[in-house]
Amino acid sequence: MEIPYTVEPRPDTGLYNAKLGIWLFLASEVMLFGALFSTYILLRTGNPNWVQHPMNVPMATLNTMILISSSVTVVLAWAGLRLKNYAQFRKYGILTLLLATGFMVVKGFEYSAEFSAGLFPWTDNYMAVYFTMTGLHGLHVLGGMVVIGYFLGPGAKMWESDPARFTNRIEVFGLYWHFVDLVWIFLFPSLYLL
Amino acid sequence: MSAHDSSEAIQEETRKYILVFAALAALTIITVAVSYLDLSIGLAVTLAMVVASVKGTLVAAYFMHLLDERKTIYAILALTMFFLVVLMILPAGAFGDHNGASTEVAREADGEHH
Repeated sequence: MEIPYTVEPRPDTGLYNAKLGIWLFLASEVMLFGALFSTYILLRTGNPNWVQHPMNVPMATLNTMILISSSVTVVLAWAGLRLKNYAQFRKYGILTLLLATGFMVVKGFEYSAEFSAGLFPWTDNYMAVYFTMTGLHGLHVLGGMVVIGYFLGPGAKMWESDPARFTNRIEVFGLYWHFVDLVWIFLFPSLYLL
Repeated sequence: MSAHDSSEAIQEETRKYILVFAALAALTIITVAVSYLDLSIGLAVTLAMVVASVKGTLVAAYFMHLLDERKTIYAILALTMFFLVVLMILPAGAFGDHNGASTEVAREADGEHH
C-alpha cells in the first residue's frame, strides 16, 4: 500500500507528512535548547561569583558566518530542485556539506585550545554550560551532515524515481538546518560575548 | 504547479535569500562590535538579544519561509513559543530566593506569629 500525502498536501492540514513531522520535531527541539538556555540563566544570575572565561570570539564569529552561509546554500540547493536543475542542487548541497565540515573543524580547534588551557566541562559552571550547549549544537551539525551526505549519496536515487518527494525531503532537511543555524545565532552572543 | 513554483518566483526568492544573508552578516559584525564597547551588563544583554532576535526572525521568516505558511504550523509554533516563554521566566522565580527576598518575607511573616 502506498503511503498517502508524501507529496501532495493533506487537505485538512495543508501539509505533506514530512513537513508536519519536521515542525513537530523542531517544536520539541525548541524546548530542549530552551531548557538549557533557561538553566544557563538560572545558574548565571544565581551566582554572584560567576566566572566567565574569555572565549575565542574571532573563531566563533567565523563559525557564525559559516553557518549563515550554509543556510543560504541549503535554500539554493532546494531552489535548484524546484527549478529541475539537479546540477545546482548538487553544487550547493556539496557546498553545504563542506561548510558544515568547516564549522566542525573550527569548533574542534576551539575545543582543543580550551582543553590545552585546562578548561574542561567539570572546571566550573560556565565551562559546563559552554560544553553542554555547544556540544549538543555540534551534534546537531553532525547529524545534519549525515543527512545531507545521504541525500547527495545513496538517497539521491529518489530524484529519478520520485523527484517531487525528493524535493520535499530537501525542503525538510533545510528547515532542520536553518533551525541549527538559528540556535547558534542565540548561542554565540550568550556564550561568547556576554 | 503553483504560482510559488514558477521559475520567476524562485529567482525572485533567491534574490531575497542573498539580501537576507547580507543582513545576517552585517548584524553579526554589529553584535561583535557592540561587545567590544564598554556597556553596562544590562544594556549589553538587551542589545545582544535584540540583535539575535532580529537575526532569528530573518532566518525563520525567509529561510524557513514562515512568512507564507499553513495555519497548522503557526498553531504548533504559537504553543511552542508559549512554553518557551514560560521556560525563560522560570529562573526569575528563583531569582527572588537568591536575593534573599523570599526568605526575608518568610522571616517577617514568621516573626509576626511569635
